[in-house]
Amino acid sequence: MSAYEISIISIIGINVILAVSLNMISGFCGQISLGHGAFFGAGAYAAALTMVGSGSVLLAILAAVVTGSLLGLAVGFASLRVRTDFLAVTTIGVNFLFVGFVRKQAWLGGEMGISGIPASGFGPVGNMTMILLFAAATIALSLYISRSWMGFAFRAVGEDEGAAATLGISAGAYKLAAFGIGTALAGLAGCLYTFFTQFITADAFDFIFSVMLMAMVVIGGIGSTWGVVVAAVGLTLLPEAIRFVNDYRLLVFGGLLVLVIRLAPGGLAGVIQKAFLAVRRS
Amino acid sequence: MYYIDLAVTGISFGCMYAMMSVGLTLVYGLLRILHVAHAAVFALGAYVTVLVANATGSILLGFLAAMIVTPLFGMAIYRVMYEPLLKYRPDVPLIASIGLLIFMQDAFRIVFGEQGITFHRNAFAFTTFNIFGVTVSAVQIATIITAVVVFTALHLFTTRTRIGIGWRATVSKPQIAASFGIDPIKVRYLNFAVGSVLAAIAGGLVAEMNNLVDPGIGFVVSYKALAIIVLGGLGSVRGTLIASLVLGLVEAYGTIFIGAWLDRDAIAFLALIVLLMIRPQGFTGARTA
Repeated sequence: MSAYEISIISIIGINVILAVSLNMISGFCGQISLGHGAFFGAGAYAAALTMVGSGSVLLAILAAVVTGSLLGLAVGFASLRVRTDFLAVTTIGVNFLFVGFVRKQAWLGGEMGISGIPASGFGPVGNMTMILLFAAATIALSLYISRSWMGFAFRAVGEDEGAAATLGISAGAYKLAAFGIGTALAGLAGCLYTFFTQFITADAFDFIFSVMLMAMVVIGGIGSTWGVVVAAVGLTLLPEAIRFVNDYRLLVFGGLLVLVIRLAPGGLAGVIQKAFLAVRRS
Repeated sequence: MYYIDLAVTGISFGCMYAMMSVGLTLVYGLLRILHVAHAAVFALGAYVTVLVANATGSILLGFLAAMIVTPLFGMAIYRVMYEPLLKYRPDVPLIASIGLLIFMQDAFRIVFGEQGITFHRNAFAFTTFNIFGVTVSAVQIATIITAVVVFTALHLFTTRTRIGIGWRATVSKPQIAASFGIDPIKVRYLNFAVGSVLAAIAGGLVAEMNNLVDPGIGFVVSYKALAIIVLGGLGSVRGTLIASLVLGLVEAYGTIFIGAWLDRDAIAFLALIVLLMIRPQGFTGARTA
């Protein structure tokens, strides 16, 4: 495999983890989060500092997961107070706050970011394999949760909080659980990203990236694990596929986003479901 | 005197934010959509103002042209993009809206260049007055006066005219208003038209203030406007006006006191998050959430 292919596959794996974990929060549990990049970034920075300090891969993974989920739980508590669109804007705020804060901190490298992060020691192929294993584990976890009691509770809370509460489902506890799990995985993805690039700046975790992740969830079909996986792979490959229009990359991306949502508001999962129903009816 | 200077800066920014975000509040109040692409309308207004002003030599004509073009664009956004998406979850139109903003922003970059465009003649931006030792620029005065005029007009329109009253009726109780013969679809178009005109004026004023329109002009402002309308209590025009002024002032002073620690654009969101934790329904406390 060429270095190019290895790096593309690594990025796909990372984006799959991010999109699937965001889908747990926004898809399963209905809590719109447009700040997933902040948790990803928190994990990446935690991993980078740990690697620079200790060089231990295991510690770095641990630090990233813990940092991601702690920040996530903090936002989760916010989700208990503010709802729906208020929450969406709050999470946008969290993302801008994260980037704005990191840029001004000398100990986090400021505008320049952190470079020269020690290698994980697995080499590019080893890193890629690790990323893919974690991505597969994330998908498995997502499928498991969606079929478990917890998944039912998430969906109940997402559909109608009041009704869920009437059934004795503690909406607050499940929201916190969704944020905790989803952002822990985002932190993990951040750590893998750090191993992959060995160089991070705040710009990699900006709001546009969070929008990109949300776009993967919406285009894949909100709540559908496989739909989101396909969309994550597709949207990651898209910039590569339209490399020939490199100068118009954002134009094409924005246009396609509008077009896809306009034509298939239910996402890929919605399209497939419709096709399936049509075949059965005929 | 320095602190009063900051207050003037803060208030003029606040007025600009208010004109920018009232359109968003209007759309949210009626359709429950976070209309992020409003920032593209704002940017379009700024570009048209500069282009026409340069072509004709009159800044006034520039503003006028922007106020004609942007409502058409705003209404087209509603017709083509939002109307078919109304029955889906709010994140669906939101993502489409963000997509359109990204598209427009890149389109502006491709057509008018990375560096943006400037006024050929803009004596206005550099004229300053000294009032009792406080330095005030002509653009700041113009912004504040424009905002006062625009919002007084809007207030009179919504309270004194039949159309305005019908509009408010539709926003608060769409079904009942419809049964009284008010066409809700026309109200939606009116909503987008009025909001877009306000955004165009704000865009033109920002272009004046910076003497520059670049592709990124709408980007940060758009998310700040989201913070503002949420602070204002989503859908409340009065709350939005208060929140805009508060944010303008918080930013002006905040940049001085905590600027070393946090950048200007993040201050708005820090204020937002702190306030939301204290008052989850925003300033006005309307229970829309």
